[in-house]
Amino acid sequence: MSSRRPIYLDYAATTPVDERVAEKMFRFMTVGGAFGNPASRSHSFGWEAEKAVEEAREQVAALVGADPREIVWTSGATEADNLAIKGAAHFYQKKGRHIVTVKTEHKAVLDTCRQLEREGFEVTYLDPEPSGLLDMAKLEAALRDDTVLVSVMHVNNEIGVIQDIEAIGNLTRSRGVLFHVDAAQSTGKVPLDLSKLPVDLMSFSAHKTYGPKGVGALYVSRKPRVRLEAQMHGGGHERGMRSGTLAPHQIIGMGEAFRIAREEMGAENERLRMLRDRLWEGLSGMDEVYLNGDLERRVAGNLNVSFNFVEGESLIMALKDIAVSSGSACTSASLEPSYVLRALGRDDELAHSSIRFSVGRYTTVEEIDHTIALVKSAVEKLRELSPLWEMHQEGVDLKTVEWVAH
Amino acid sequence: MAYSDKVIDHYENPRNVGSLDKADPHVGTGMVGAPACGDVMKLQIRVNDAGVIEDARFKTYGCGSAIASSSLLTEWVKGKTLEEAGAIRNTQIAEELALPPVKIHCSVLAEDAIKAAIADFRKKSVQGHPADHEEPQRLSA
Repeated sequence: MSSRRPIYLDYAATTPVDERVAEKMFRFMTVGGAFGNPASRSHSFGWEAEKAVEEAREQVAALVGADPREIVWTSGATEADNLAIKGAAHFYQKKGRHIVTVKTEHKAVLDTCRQLEREGFEVTYLDPEPSGLLDMAKLEAALRDDTVLVSVMHVNNEIGVIQDIEAIGNLTRSRGVLFHVDAAQSTGKVPLDLSKLPVDLMSFSAHKTYGPKGVGALYVSRKPRVRLEAQMHGGGHERGMRSGTLAPHQIIGMGEAFRIAREEMGAENERLRMLRDRLWEGLSGMDEVYLNGDLERRVAGNLNVSFNFVEGESLIMALKDIAVSSGSACTSASLEPSYVLRALGRDDELAHSSIRFSVGRYTTVEEIDHTIALVKSAVEKLRELSPLWEMHQEGVDLKTVEWVAH
Repeated sequence: MAYSDKVIDHYENPRNVGSLDKADPHVGTGMVGAPACGDVMKLQIRVNDAGVIEDARFKTYGCGSAIASSSLLTEWVKGKTLEEAGAIRNTQIAEELALPPVKIHCSVLAEDAIKAAIADFRKKSVQGHPADHEEPQRLSA
């Protein structure tokens, strides 16, 4: 490519595979490498692949404080969410058919819940507080005698806020309700110790933590023991919970990525926080710029900002030298404003004008400074074009205007 | 989303950005859309005594296609009579800019905007008596 690539500030969508991870993965594919099927019991090709897969399982378990036997490989966090929610709902449906979740969950959770509704389950979708965090009293009030599962994500993919999963887990344990956590955005960003956390099921993804796409894992607690109905049937792999030949190169990549995350998390988060704060300091100097989500209870790398009176898609078009998301990557193909920001009670205008910046391992100070300059000039240009900005400057309260909706 | 070269050209070099004095009896103002929908277009025309659009200005809050649709429209209506301008159809705009199906509503909004501006001007002409000889004052954006 002759032209320079844009500055990548979309680490919450995906991360590049760390070079150390890619190098290790390659050793498990070709004829000279450990290409065997880990389920092959009768020869050393199978044994060496199995050994590497089990090492990776230990590495993943170590990052989150789990027993390796509690880790089930999946194709990613979406599959892990499906297995956890459908698997638990189906297995425990004689106990009850009510599930509680939150409106700001990832679609992998929300759409799975919708499917269960079609099967006759009842689902309560809670509104978060304007900060993005869940009010424990509202959760407690939503629990019923027939509630079998609560699913709340740890770190929100759009606004990066961190839910208090310990408090939620204590509540669900006291009520005998299972607790699933989507932690796709947490690994390497927030310390997790499942040996202490009252969580029954937790979903992980490799590609948000500098591992490969196409692999993830589900933590299934052994103490107390949680049972699931398999969603994928076949050779009985992964203790019967998820059949299908394991993909050693992917799994080893996830293991290595999580090993690196465990070792480097402390220093990395400090650096990301510095970059994120520098970006926010640069952008918040402008008029009518709003931070979405709580600033304190938030992962280091995320900044979600609304630029009032500027429409998000046109802003992204102006920021063609920066790779960022408007809303989340999963919904940005549609014209709807972010459902996450709407659930926080943000006005549609502000939801339409939001940009998610997520910094990561390869982001530099120079890139942040360049981004600040580009965003400022783009916002100024678009505000010159914006009739809403003009009205705001003239002192018109846009809420009092009767719009001709279309 | 992939934009056509014409959309990108209008987006990067929008024509006729700005505002005219909406109190001027020669000026018609059309404002359509809603912030909640992600598009608001303001289109203004200055009409001479012969009923010809001498000048047009726009401001748009919206995606690149909405900005391009309104920019293109200001180019097209200049020099046209009110009747000619009112006959512009959204399909012509969509075709010229090669808008994809999900962006057709941007061209619809542009058609609504010119119709609203013409209606506003006509309403003013009936109510008041445009000062025929004075050069209307123009406010720069």
